[in-house]
Amino acid sequence: MAELDTGGGGKHKGGKKKGKKLSTRVDFTPMVDLGFLLITFFMLTTSMNKPKTMDISMPDKTTTETKKIKESQAITLLLTKDDKVVYYFMKDGDPEAPLITDFSKNGIRATLLKENKLRNPKLDSVAIYKDQFSNRKIDEQTYKSHISSIKGHKDALIVVIKATDKSKYKNMIDILDEMLICNIGRYAIVDITPKELEMLKTVNLE
Amino acid sequence: MPKVKVPRKSTMVDMTAMTDVAFLLLTFFMLATKFKPDEPVTVNPPSSISEILVPDVDMMTITIDKNNHVFFGMEGQQYRAEMIKKIGVAHNVKFTDSQIKEFSLLSTFGIPIAQLPQFLDMKSEERAKIQQPGIPSDSLNNELGDWIWNARLSNNKVNIAIKGDQETQYPIVKRIMTTIQEKKLNRFYLITNMERGDEK
Repeated sequence: MAELDTGGGGKHKGGKKKGKKLSTRVDFTPMVDLGFLLITFFMLTTSMNKPKTMDISMPDKTTTETKKIKESQAITLLLTKDDKVVYYFMKDGDPEAPLITDFSKNGIRATLLKENKLRNPKLDSVAIYKDQFSNRKIDEQTYKSHISSIKGHKDALIVVIKATDKSKYKNMIDILDEMLICNIGRYAIVDITPKELEMLKTVNLE
Repeated sequence: MPKVKVPRKSTMVDMTAMTDVAFLLLTFFMLATKFKPDEPVTVNPPSSISEILVPDVDMMTITIDKNNHVFFGMEGQQYRAEMIKKIGVAHNVKFTDSQIKEFSLLSTFGIPIAQLPQFLDMKSEERAKIQQPGIPSDSLNNELGDWIWNARLSNNKVNIAIKGDQETQYPIVKRIMTTIQEKKLNRFYLITNMERGDEK
């Protein structure tokens, strides 16, 4: 076998060749450097938050079946320009005066929660139960049963969402988000009617 | 006074532990990374509180950027290859084998079908440079509908997702939703970002 002569030569005359004891310690510094370089690279390229989605179901286009709903239950939201929401109720077959609000916490959300509670006075609004649940005042089962009975109550609010051509995609997502937050089980996205466009003119938001 | 002799210590530190940690982290990030497919446009989806995750497989994504251009993407190379063959037959556009191969590597695109062969002949660097005009989706020439239809023919388990920018105008979204419904799909996903901050 080939052997590397590491001896200085001439030191061990005649005697057994003694291998020089080399330290087994290796300098790890370049390896660590490389390791951290790669870590930095992967950390920067990794996108940790996966996008989330919303699931929406639209009615079947092929059927023309319509279902009448009680007008006391319905609220119509018109999404208009400048991130504003115009909403109105129906009374005796005619729309009531439109009201303007926005997407803030005290805007459309407060309205929806208030109106839902009005139609279902036995139960408080979702926000209150959520608060109680997070403070451990009620247990999970009560919380869930309250939530589902709010959602499934027979007089619960039915929301009709109509977006105008001036609104943005963001507005639609925001309003669908409010449906989730306010626990509204029944809502529909419907095309806007000319009558409603007229109505928007009266509030300068067409 | 005798000087106190400070013993000289070696400056060598044992790096083994550090290396261990470094490579552990490296392994983690390597496994956790999923490389983003190159997208012709960057869109900034609106945020929501929804916590449903996007399914990983069988997705077709319709991307709408803030200039209302429509892009189409589908997962799965074999499905894409099949889809372009079908669309070529339907639209009388001949695709060569290399074009089909090139297309199956393309994740998202926004090119009208007539210009597609020319686009596929380009090198990928050239492709990245040009501004893609978007897929026609109006009622006169609804190529998007054909893409959706053929995508479903190639992969019948496909889920459909709309990924719009915050600034996308509503009419185009409505048109796309109508197109999807016309293709007898009534359930789809809207891709959003995680809500952060003010939500409670």
